[in-house]
Amino acid sequence: MNLDIHGGSCGHSCCLRVENLSVKIGNDCILSDVNLHVHCGELVALIGPNGAGKSTLLKAILGQRDYEGVIAFSEPGQRSKKPRIGYVPQSPAFDPSDPVSVADLFACCMSKRPAFLGLSKSMRALVLGCLERVHGEELIDKRVGTLSGGELQRVLLALALEPIPNILILDEPLSGVDVEGMETLMDMLDEIRKNYDLSILMTTHDFSMLPRYADQVVLIDRGIRIQGDPETVLGSSEFAQAFHMKGGSV
Amino acid sequence: MSLWYWFCDVLPIEMLRWDFMKNALLALLLMAPLFGLMSTMIVTGRMSFFSDALGHSAFTGIAIGAICGMSAPTWAAVLFSVAFALIFSYVRNRSNQAADTLIGVFSSTAVALGIFIGTIGGGSFTKYNKYLIGDILSVTPAEIGLLALVLLAVLIFWVLCANRLALTAIHPQLASSRGIPVALSQTLFTAAIAVVVTLSISSVGLLILNSLMVLPGASARNVSKNLRQYHGFSVLFALLAGIGGLTVSYYLGCSAGAAISLILALIFAVTFAMRKGNA
Repeated sequence: MNLDIHGGSCGHSCCLRVENLSVKIGNDCILSDVNLHVHCGELVALIGPNGAGKSTLLKAILGQRDYEGVIAFSEPGQRSKKPRIGYVPQSPAFDPSDPVSVADLFACCMSKRPAFLGLSKSMRALVLGCLERVHGEELIDKRVGTLSGGELQRVLLALALEPIPNILILDEPLSGVDVEGMETLMDMLDEIRKNYDLSILMTTHDFSMLPRYADQVVLIDRGIRIQGDPETVLGSSEFAQAFHMKGGSV
Repeated sequence: MSLWYWFCDVLPIEMLRWDFMKNALLALLLMAPLFGLMSTMIVTGRMSFFSDALGHSAFTGIAIGAICGMSAPTWAAVLFSVAFALIFSYVRNRSNQAADTLIGVFSSTAVALGIFIGTIGGGSFTKYNKYLIGDILSVTPAEIGLLALVLLAVLIFWVLCANRLALTAIHPQLASSRGIPVALSQTLFTAAIAVVVTLSISSVGLLILNSLMVLPGASARNVSKNLRQYHGFSVLFALLAGIGGLTVSYYLGCSAGAAISLILALIFAVTFAMRKGNA
């Protein structure tokens, strides 16, 4: 059921290693015995019913939730260290009436100079460079609240990529994005992981994209039910049980 | 102050011949940028109702200060308001109730406590009326000095924390994921509003405070596309209303606070119409 872990090494240039992880809230065990390896340049999709513990696992990796077990990160030939994690939070709704431009959002996150004084030339150039990574230079002066679902995800992705992280974590990046936007976004993630050799860990409810883009799919329901390549997991009895029997949709 | 008086005397404006008008204008010139700035964050962070509740809690502080026999109940009020703001932040972070419900709970409790303490033993509440309606025309040079200090402190706080506060107000989860201590930022900001509101209330009254804390930001949102315009318009609207309201009150003999609030409301209506036109 779990990955082949022998003494904490799997023979790959491992990026992220989660071993024997469990998360409890009071006496309630949200996640137990999670073992997961994410290698460099790999896209791993976490799937599972609502309330299965996908977001909880992401929060534990981000350090926002207490856990038992090991979460370690290492680069080839280097000892374990604290990774730089880029994070795109779930369904980030912005108030459409907020007078906040995309440039302001970047300045608030990255600059010490108060954003209400406007952007310096160098800051604006830096923001344009970040947006170029997601092919979104034309969005710089748009109000954040008026962006479409796909545009907003690209902007937040650009924000998470500055500085370039070791691991990119996305919580439900495809929700609220139309089919065309989904393909654009997944193509972009594919390009980014190849260009920067970074690991991507994402949760999703959209399984149609997985065979094309994911290297590894992990089915979670309070622990890991099954993991492997997309075809194996999507065709497994565990998958059918988790979604069909509970009224989920494929 | 003498420099300001000299400057006013040089200006060929009739209403500035009076010292109380010179004081009031200076106080407004200090307050307008202060509240114009704070207003943007109050409106973005959906704290309009909260700042209103804070104004009411200041009453209670003043009543407590007065009954304890303190010569300057303002400082008791500052303490009470900050405590009120901190307890509110604590409860908000630990409750799943909507913020406006909690504000209702806190606001009515604070007002009731203030009236209860103020009227205990058959006391009259009319002596607190000046805090409610206020009178910018009776502002003293000492109070103006205090306002100037508050403005300076807020400006320093703003320049140091503006980006964190803005990101926290725009999207708390995103701010948290960028390593910003969201709860601490929110608490610091509410405490800052508490201090500013309470220090200003005795000289200018609750009516004008509440309108200055909400309306400039609300109007600026109607016509702004980015944070720079938002802050700029908000300060501009606050200044326009402050100077305009004082002038109107001088010539019509009405309450300056009410005139300023009404001009702010008018600005909101105009900017709202402009927004409709743009949409």
